[in-house]
Amino acid sequence: MTATSRKVSLFITCLVDQFFPEVGEAVVRVLRRQGVEVDFPEGQTCCGQPAFNGGFTEDAKAVARRFLDNFDGDQDVVVPSGSCGAMVKVFYPEIFHDEPGTAARAKDLSARTYEFSEYLVNVLGVTDVGASKKTKVAYHAACHLLRELRVKEPPRQLIEGVEGAEYTPMELEEACCGFGGTFSVKYSEISEAILEDKLKSLAECGADTLVSCDSSCLMHISGALSRRGSPVKAMHLAQLLDNREDS
Amino acid sequence: MDVKTKDFVSGSKAAILDPQIQEALAKLRNGLGRGPRLASEELTPPVWQDMRQRASDIKTHTIANLDYYLEKLSDNVEKAGGHVHFARDAKEASDIVLDIARKRDVELVIKGKSMVSEELEINDHLESIGIESVETDLGEYILQLMNEPPFHIIAPAIHKSRRQVSEIFTEKLKTLPSDEVEQLCETARETLREKFLNADMGITGVNFAVAETGTIALVTNEGNGRMCTSLPKVHIALMGMEKILPRLEDLALFLGVLPRSATGQRISSYVTCVTGPRRSTDEDGPEEFHLVIVDNGRSKILADEQMREALNCIRCGACLNACPIYGKVGGHAYGWVYSGPIGAIVTPMLTGTVEAKHLPFASTLCGACKDACPVKIDIPHMLLRLRQEITQGGTLAKNGKAPWYEAALMKGWRQSVRGSRVFSLANRLGRLALLPLSRNGKVRRLPPPLSGWTRFRDFPLPSAKPFRERWRKGLKDE
Repeated sequence: MTATSRKVSLFITCLVDQFFPEVGEAVVRVLRRQGVEVDFPEGQTCCGQPAFNGGFTEDAKAVARRFLDNFDGDQDVVVPSGSCGAMVKVFYPEIFHDEPGTAARAKDLSARTYEFSEYLVNVLGVTDVGASKKTKVAYHAACHLLRELRVKEPPRQLIEGVEGAEYTPMELEEACCGFGGTFSVKYSEISEAILEDKLKSLAECGADTLVSCDSSCLMHISGALSRRGSPVKAMHLAQLLDNREDS
Repeated sequence: MDVKTKDFVSGSKAAILDPQIQEALAKLRNGLGRGPRLASEELTPPVWQDMRQRASDIKTHTIANLDYYLEKLSDNVEKAGGHVHFARDAKEASDIVLDIARKRDVELVIKGKSMVSEELEINDHLESIGIESVETDLGEYILQLMNEPPFHIIAPAIHKSRRQVSEIFTEKLKTLPSDEVEQLCETARETLREKFLNADMGITGVNFAVAETGTIALVTNEGNGRMCTSLPKVHIALMGMEKILPRLEDLALFLGVLPRSATGQRISSYVTCVTGPRRSTDEDGPEEFHLVIVDNGRSKILADEQMREALNCIRCGACLNACPIYGKVGGHAYGWVYSGPIGAIVTPMLTGTVEAKHLPFASTLCGACKDACPVKIDIPHMLLRLRQEITQGGTLAKNGKAPWYEAALMKGWRQSVRGSRVFSLANRLGRLALLPLSRNGKVRRLPPPLSGWTRFRDFPLPSAKPFRERWRKGLKDE
């Protein structure tokens, strides 16, 4: 695969940019190791999902228009987040449905946007990126990745492709972690109760690493792990794949 | 039924703190939540997906041509000797029922389980004119004695323990306390049997109404539906106007889809089909059959092209069992007849109240409901639409407006994402503001309205060196 030259635009997401830049660095390194040339359109900020989920659709549209300009062209776009990916791939065409010109642009962008694991497995055809790490890994299937983008197997295949890593699925692998954006603050008691089940399931499966493809779920889960002083390390899939331990 | 959805927050907190409710909800996840999965796996995924698609197509077609099918249904019910009544709202519907009851000097009504009857509060109305009305579905009967609304669409009393059932039976039916489920069932059976035999009128809901034959179909597991439709001299069937299927062969499909999604059964223990009143050649059946077709806000949903999909719902409860929110707060917090994901959609639209504004927001949009739904209703996308209606002002749900701090935060956010420079600056300011609150890069306490986050979770400090800076200063050329 490294023989072909591919170039992608990185949609880093505002959360990774501002809070978890190390995830972004891992994404860049993993892609480059597969011979992918990475470009970062520097005008990008946010996709508008916070506004859209809050019902502020007009605000979301204004931000989305900016986004369409920033990612104009015909280059593939890679995003290390199922929910920001869903915003662009699923919801952009929906919110512009009554503006034919913009809708066409949104559909075009939707078709060439890929979530990180989806891009590696379904576009590049890679499940072994040459990573190695001795660890027991549980996977949290982020809701938008699984049920909006329908990306189910690629992250698991990539985890299983890591040398030394043992994939230990938790019973509630596909259950929501209770984040839901502002939901986690406005209805924090419910959010906590849902997260509690997730953490219990995580503890039961005996993993020492929790991997997901969405930094928002990870911020949520690791926020509780940190508060409880749990030894389980939560990380983005890209960070696991960026490991090259000598085994 | 009074709309109490404005109390969603306090109701949900109370439910979370109630150990018995939590135990019942945990059981639900592994009980009713698992059954339907097994029932669909047994069919193999492609067959089940095909059934879902066909069911969804049939409902979508029917709802899009509802006027045609309503007329056809009405004609065929009348041809079979039944009477058809159209009710614009709950009041009209219950007036129709009361009118029939008065004309026939009814003293005792036996009732099958029906969600639309909860919208009408028909029991209260009947009681108010001195008519006794008895629920005959065991769960509904228990709740009627306890004076509580259903907790779950298909398992209304799932939150009650056998001890509580025994206590209410002892109090209201003067029986001896018992710990045995069989004994409790026997008590209910004996009490209800007498009601069945003495009732003058039966009221049921309608699971499906077949337009081409004028047949109504009831799906039950206790056989009480059959008693209500055949023993009393008058039978009134109440239906929401969306419950139509075009053809009898469509019913065959839905009789497989509904029980699988509701209880994990291949078919329910009883399926009762009623076409008009007793004919001269019939051995039993009512002298009079009335079908009351209730709108009560549904035509408003029908008028909206995106939201009309909500009328595809066959009330199986699968979305409740799949929902992480319902799984923690249960049915009563939703504050009206319908709970869970489908309740979060139909309650704001049917009641049209500002009070229901919590419901579309009290969701993580995880999409588990959409995957569980046998008729493939895209509930998360509809919740988003309702959020938009509420926040920006629309016709579907009365404008509740976002809270001031949310609107203010949104305004600030809009300014900050205008361009990459402002964005970087805003985030730097954010970091500076959070820095004094943090230790080792973690914020342990945020001020209101964000304090909900840090009640049990740490919040990360924005990075001192965001990605875009790392990109510019090295990563780009690495």
